[in-house]
Amino acid sequence: MTEDKNYLEMDLLRFTTAGSVDDGKSTLVGRLFHDTKSIFEDQFEAIERSSKQHGDEHVNLALLTDGLRAEREQGITIDVAYRYFATPKRKFIIADTPGHIQYTRNMVTGASTANLALILVDARKGVIEQTKRHAFIADLLGIKHVAVCINKMDLVDYEQGPYEQVLKDFGDFASRLDNVTELTFVPISALKGDNVVERSENMPWYKGPSLLYHLETVYVGSDANHVDARFPVQWVIRPHSDEHHDFRGFAGRVAGGVFKPGDEVTVLPSGFSTRIKKILMAEKELEEAYNPLSVTVTLEDEIDVSRGDMLVKPNNQPKVDQNLDAMLCWFSSSKKLAAGSKYLLRHTTKDVQAIVTEVLYKVDVNTLHKVEDDHEFGMNDIGRVTLRVSQPLFFDTYRRNRNTGSFILVDPFTNETLAAGMMR
Amino acid sequence: MSTYNVTHLNQLESESIFVLRETAAQFERPCLLFSGGKDSIVMAHLAAKAFAPARIPFHFLHVDTGHNFSETIEFRDRFVEKLGAQLVVGLVQDSIERGTVQEETGADASRNGLQSVTLLESIEREGFDACLGGGRRDEEKARAKERFFSHRDAFGQWDPKNQRPELWNLFNGKMSPGENFRVFPLSNWTEMDIWQYARLEEIDLPSLYFAHDREVVDRNGSLLAVSEFVTPREGENPVKDTVRFRTIGDATCTGAVRSEASSLDDVIQEVAASRITERGSRADDRRSEAAMEDRKKQGYF
Repeated sequence: MTEDKNYLEMDLLRFTTAGSVDDGKSTLVGRLFHDTKSIFEDQFEAIERSSKQHGDEHVNLALLTDGLRAEREQGITIDVAYRYFATPKRKFIIADTPGHIQYTRNMVTGASTANLALILVDARKGVIEQTKRHAFIADLLGIKHVAVCINKMDLVDYEQGPYEQVLKDFGDFASRLDNVTELTFVPISALKGDNVVERSENMPWYKGPSLLYHLETVYVGSDANHVDARFPVQWVIRPHSDEHHDFRGFAGRVAGGVFKPGDEVTVLPSGFSTRIKKILMAEKELEEAYNPLSVTVTLEDEIDVSRGDMLVKPNNQPKVDQNLDAMLCWFSSSKKLAAGSKYLLRHTTKDVQAIVTEVLYKVDVNTLHKVEDDHEFGMNDIGRVTLRVSQPLFFDTYRRNRNTGSFILVDPFTNETLAAGMMR
Repeated sequence: MSTYNVTHLNQLESESIFVLRETAAQFERPCLLFSGGKDSIVMAHLAAKAFAPARIPFHFLHVDTGHNFSETIEFRDRFVEKLGAQLVVGLVQDSIERGTVQEETGADASRNGLQSVTLLESIEREGFDACLGGGRRDEEKARAKERFFSHRDAFGQWDPKNQRPELWNLFNGKMSPGENFRVFPLSNWTEMDIWQYARLEEIDLPSLYFAHDREVVDRNGSLLAVSEFVTPREGENPVKDTVRFRTIGDATCTGAVRSEASSLDDVIQEVAASRITERGSRADDRRSEAAMEDRKKQGYF
């Protein structure tokens, strides 16, 4: 029974993987799965069969992650794939993002829900432009933990030199990262398995943990905001039954801070204040609620609250503004950003109209320089813009809270998701 | 020092409830695809929690191939009644009679693929604009690339190469008239999570999931239950065996596994030790390397 007890107490680590085409990312994911016994026999046989069919010499572990027909035909990864594995300590969700096509867009997507970014570097090549781009995006998306895997150590005779070089080159550049608080370097060979699951005897000079041990133990408990109480109302529960005639519950997912029964809360935008009567999870009454729990809140007074409103604490309120300053990542391949065009903007559970008023600068993701004279914004471009919205939003900076600091832009004609934004 | 740890099952539960509520809020007339299998049962359980003490604000839609195990149908009716939900049944037989699909012929004929047409017809007839499905990304490689909110065009088709990016918890359910969405609240659950959660929440599951004696034939590596839909062929020896099902679907293509696991505890131990995926016993996935992707493009669940 101890095993089961562990399972119920296990926590979750979401991480994203980044690397350029030949860094061995798929091999590493395949290795993690293989060595934690997360590949099933029929899966393995299936990729063995198709490896042969495709004329590959070895079992191509990349086929495990490349599921779509077009991906297999072209031998590339098109879209973010989500993968799952568990060890007795933790459950893992990997957002595996492709190395080339629509690169930025996919990595931004994968990173948006990740606690940790795993960046691969080829030991023979060291830190290259792409490495910096990966780190920049991880940092931009508010990832606090970055694990740099110096891969293919077997091809540099397991020597310390190339590893130290990466540490030095990355270190010079790391001072420019705002959000990353923990940076770890692990020398590995995904192909041979060195330092992936078990510590390798081939690199006695390396004193740190294996990659898996690091993933199992990295502390992410304090990543969520438990300070600024924010509860965006998602849905109002009004049962049409005699038994619950007077019940009015406000359903939602806590976006920040901690709420307890008896707490005084202010409803935005109306500004009315009341107290929390109960916090419910179905029939169960909770003593407190915090991110990322989904709960239902009842209030002492009958006041008007609907979807898109936000419950906060009177002494800790978010910014309320119609003018926004944000970093924007553009996703659409068919449309470019046009200042003055109207978009739909979704923020927490609220939809408003938005106009991009100004492009302040674009970031060259390869050099990380600000480009101030080029305001054309197309697919995979990242930059800083100002927007004006049709109603005030209640928000925090993205850096302070990912849930109340993020938004998407939607095309009102095609309904396509055009861009992702992060409040500054 | 933090007291704000959340177990992974609680995280998954909260995420699914968020998605279910978002579906209620963003669509006019969503429905919940209910097959009587464990995933749709867990999804319905989560929906009940999401909207308690009110009733679930979705109709339940069951696409019935007519080749279901009787246990499944009995369970479905009991379950739906207990929740006080509205059940809509789409019959593949009706589509066959209307001539909108043609029954497959040949040795391994199955109605599994025909379900897509009946599903799309039911969606149109009932005016559903979103269908909640119990699909999980760990089930199958094409599903690994599926969004929580998955857009379908006016023909019900999935375009895997042109999916909307999905960031944070911001789901875009906007669409043009005639289009619709599939929503997958259990995207991030694994088979093990489903079993563990069912035990934790004491969720009642159909008896087919637990070991019982049944007459089966071994066909192309699948143990198929002998029934009015599956009759032994020449050279096949039906044997009585102690078996259970890891997935529940059409009786013509859902294989059983030999098992003594008669309780959730046993099943969990068995799943933990298993080296074969649950869909390994599904003949429908073995038709080709991209069988699931091809069916999904045509409107499958």
